[in-house]
Amino acid sequence: MRRTVFPNKLLPWLLLAPQLAVTLIFFYWPALQAFRQSMLKEDAFGLSTKFVGLANFRKVLADPAYLNALKVTVVFSLAVALSAMAIALFLAVQVEKIRCGKGFYRTLMIWPYAVATAIAGMLWLFLFNPGFGTLAAPMRALGFNWNPLLKGDQAMGLVIAAATWKQISYNFLFFVAGLQAIPKSLIEAAAIDGASRRHAFWTIVFPLLAPTTFFLLVVNTVYALFDTFGIIHAVTGGGPGRATETLVYKVYNDGFVNLMMGESAAQSVILMVIVIALTAIQFRFIERRVHYG
Amino acid sequence: MRYSPILIAAFALSPLAAEAKTEITWWHAMSGANNEVVEKIAADFNASQEEYEVKPVFKGTYPETLNAGIAAFRAGQAPDIMQVFDVGTGVMMAAQGAVKPVADVLTEAGYTFDKSQYLPGIVGYYSTPDGTMLSFPYNSSSPILYYNKDIFQKAGLDVDNPPKTWAEVWAAARKIKESGAAECGYTSTWLTWIHTENFAAWNNVAWGTNENGLAGTPELQIDSPLYAKHFQEIADLAKEGVFVYGGRTSEAKQNFTSGQCGILTESSGGLGDVIKSGINYGTGQLPYDETAEGAPQNTTPGGASLWVMAGKSDEVYKGVGEFFNYLSQTPVQEYLHQQSGYLPVTFAAYEATKASGFYDKNPGRETPILQMMGKPPTENSKGVRAPNLPQLRDIQNEEYEKMLDGQQTAAEALKNAQERGNAAIKEASGG
Amino acid sequence: MADSPLDPRGGARMLAHFWMIMGVIVIVFPIYYVLIASTHTTQEILRPPLPLTPGSAGLDNYRAAFNGEIRQIGGVSVWVLLMNTTIMALGIAVGKIVISMMSAYAIVFFRFPLRVACFWLIFITLMLPVEVRIMPTYKVMVTLGLIDSYAGLIMPLIASATATLLFRQFFMTIPDELLEAARVDGAGPWRFFRDILWPLSLTNVAAIFVIQFIYGWTQYLWPLLVTNSNDMNTIVIALKKMISFADAQTPWNLVMVTSVLAIAPPILVVVLMQRWFVKGLVETEK
Repeated sequence: MRRTVFPNKLLPWLLLAPQLAVTLIFFYWPALQAFRQSMLKEDAFGLSTKFVGLANFRKVLADPAYLNALKVTVVFSLAVALSAMAIALFLAVQVEKIRCGKGFYRTLMIWPYAVATAIAGMLWLFLFNPGFGTLAAPMRALGFNWNPLLKGDQAMGLVIAAATWKQISYNFLFFVAGLQAIPKSLIEAAAIDGASRRHAFWTIVFPLLAPTTFFLLVVNTVYALFDTFGIIHAVTGGGPGRATETLVYKVYNDGFVNLMMGESAAQSVILMVIVIALTAIQFRFIERRVHYG
Repeated sequence: MRYSPILIAAFALSPLAAEAKTEITWWHAMSGANNEVVEKIAADFNASQEEYEVKPVFKGTYPETLNAGIAAFRAGQAPDIMQVFDVGTGVMMAAQGAVKPVADVLTEAGYTFDKSQYLPGIVGYYSTPDGTMLSFPYNSSSPILYYNKDIFQKAGLDVDNPPKTWAEVWAAARKIKESGAAECGYTSTWLTWIHTENFAAWNNVAWGTNENGLAGTPELQIDSPLYAKHFQEIADLAKEGVFVYGGRTSEAKQNFTSGQCGILTESSGGLGDVIKSGINYGTGQLPYDETAEGAPQNTTPGGASLWVMAGKSDEVYKGVGEFFNYLSQTPVQEYLHQQSGYLPVTFAAYEATKASGFYDKNPGRETPILQMMGKPPTENSKGVRAPNLPQLRDIQNEEYEKMLDGQQTAAEALKNAQERGNAAIKEASGG
Repeated sequence: MADSPLDPRGGARMLAHFWMIMGVIVIVFPIYYVLIASTHTTQEILRPPLPLTPGSAGLDNYRAAFNGEIRQIGGVSVWVLLMNTTIMALGIAVGKIVISMMSAYAIVFFRFPLRVACFWLIFITLMLPVEVRIMPTYKVMVTLGLIDSYAGLIMPLIASATATLLFRQFFMTIPDELLEAARVDGAGPWRFFRDILWPLSLTNVAAIFVIQFIYGWTQYLWPLLVTNSNDMNTIVIALKKMISFADAQTPWNLVMVTSVLAIAPPILVVVLMQRWFVKGLVETEK
């Protein structure tokens, strides 16, 4: 913990005020609404409202489709968060080794992030649709029975790849920023000690990257859990069957498409609880091992 | 906020304020070329009179538009007119305090609503059981058959006579694949809308009880021999690689326009893309099952209709009435029909289009109308309705996909779809 | 330029190039694909698979797009779309950087009652996605009268704790001695921030700016809900307006051109921000 701080008492509140205001209005207020809605049985237009207590929760938790979505979410989120971070770290380290063309590579790596999900969905259709996708024909020619429209595991692979693809840029950017902030002298000192480069990386560089890695771990978990909704929506629509239906996709589908307001809200509340627990765990247990300056 | 006195004066004196038009907001989901059609119709209406101004607003896909409308209604900011897709009809009908029947709007605006002028298959779908028209059918389409003439030629099939029954389709599709004319014989968009809901109407079999839900909450009846036979045949073709699955909605159209598949069943609205792709195509009626009694009966519409939201001023309703009256005039319907490929709502527009020789040049445009007008509808063929139709379609798609992947037979798929569907209906209707 | 921290030998550098080239090919391919698609005619796009080499219709497509065909579909010109999107993206990026730096600064460099509570209050909300909170948020915007305004487009999207978390992470790595020395010199919170913290933060600010600018640029669902006027449309909405997989004809060639236009400005931002990354590099060599 930091020992030296500024003594002001009022200033920190002034500095916090905008963020707190925005958070209260745009997070806590909607969250409260979701909580209220989760206890109601209501038609889409809100014309008839009935208080049903925890009935929506009971229904959701008893639904086998919900357990399936939970399973899908765990597999999907782990795969996306881990592969997006590992690949990005690997590439960030590679780019740091390079002298010429660094800026060139760095720029190109960030491009996918600029692609709106609406465009990405269209692209994946044109590239990977088993019928007419540009890349589907070569895959078939190689003897691979490519059909994510019917094969659940292939569909899962496809959405994981799509979600990872979009997130690598983000992670790459922060790993590069993190690597650049590491004082060169430390590594030189290690080199004098005769440590191998690989050894130097894991004992010196990687621990110094810990704050960045921790930040990315949190962000990637959030990303994989929530922000991938658009990609799943565009690429597989949760199918085939329910093979790629994650918890957030289910919230959307039940609420937005099927207009089951109460159950959708109950799912949101459960999601919030899961996520608050995850955040707490990450901050309390993982962050203890993060070494700050 | 305070305005300077000069500004206020300038505003009060401006000619704009003097002839303030009543604004009518129209939220819609029309994209692509159809968005242009919406803009043009609104602009033409606005130019045709002085009092009202229709302002169309694109609100995304159909579900997005519906949700935007619901959110706005709950916040007290509902649009005046909202376009809702066919499967949302059940939801809108249930929301009695949120909408105002179109029939009332027209009568109050001083127009007599004469049902006999409208195509019964379309208007019936958007009416209550006692015949009151609740929403204005804006865009309707019906499924038809498309085939690739070049592929037919190569496969040695009759280029001028597309298959009429499903058995003929399967035979032709197999021949296409076996002769090597194309790698895929047959594909279809919308297994739910075309092969389940329209299959019921066209072959005159029940989809559900209570007139398929039009007369009350339905119970599904798709777990029956005719459906099982039909879907098992599709599953067999899929196994042989003759049928290729393209996805839950319209994606399979691309398998056809790319020349990969020889035959396609798809909405009549898809004609535009097929024409633009430049392939040598022909169209035919939606195939039927020759073993079904009374087939072919009639097909049902898909698409969307315009709902008028409740709680607006009389002035607005008067304007909406004027606008709907304008929409149903023959030249406007003709334009809409010929430009967008959607079906005309009135007989007059159909006759006028026919007289103009349009169908001689565009035979595919007339097919869906003939299909829908062929016979007076039975209780199996007025369309389907349920409070949670999107959900039912999700369930069906899941089961069909498992079937196509060889995980279950058609009979099992239909049994599961029916059981799960009925449980969901019970749930949704407050059980 | 100075040697990088992970000083490699020649062979390793070649290998690094190899990996980067592989990575870049995979990463950039889909974007290359759009670019290629935008040079083909609608007919070629409709009859996939699309070739991977440029077509001959590029010039015609772009000329048509800028000569008003996009306006014909969307109701507003391409320039209005790009301006709206830019304002929204800039507003979100700048707004987020300002409020999150302020709050992270307060949490790391001050001690005050309820500090830990505030910390949790903010960070627990890291996790609530727009899709889940969209309906109630919409209601708030109606109440505040912010429908069809830039404020309505920007404000709800500023509300996210990710940037605050990043700055907190970064501020925690600032050595205690630095602050101590500054306090001995008599520096107050503002001078410490301006003279020491801000220059050190540039790399991170640049990263956040890029990320948030793009985040704002690519939004779809929220702008769709909160704007009712064509004049307030963003480029992504205009794009969606053109695409119809279902019933209508889609001007695919224009769709591809618009996609390129929707991708290009964020990429330009990335390229321009490169300078800041380098600057950050030089100044963080402690």
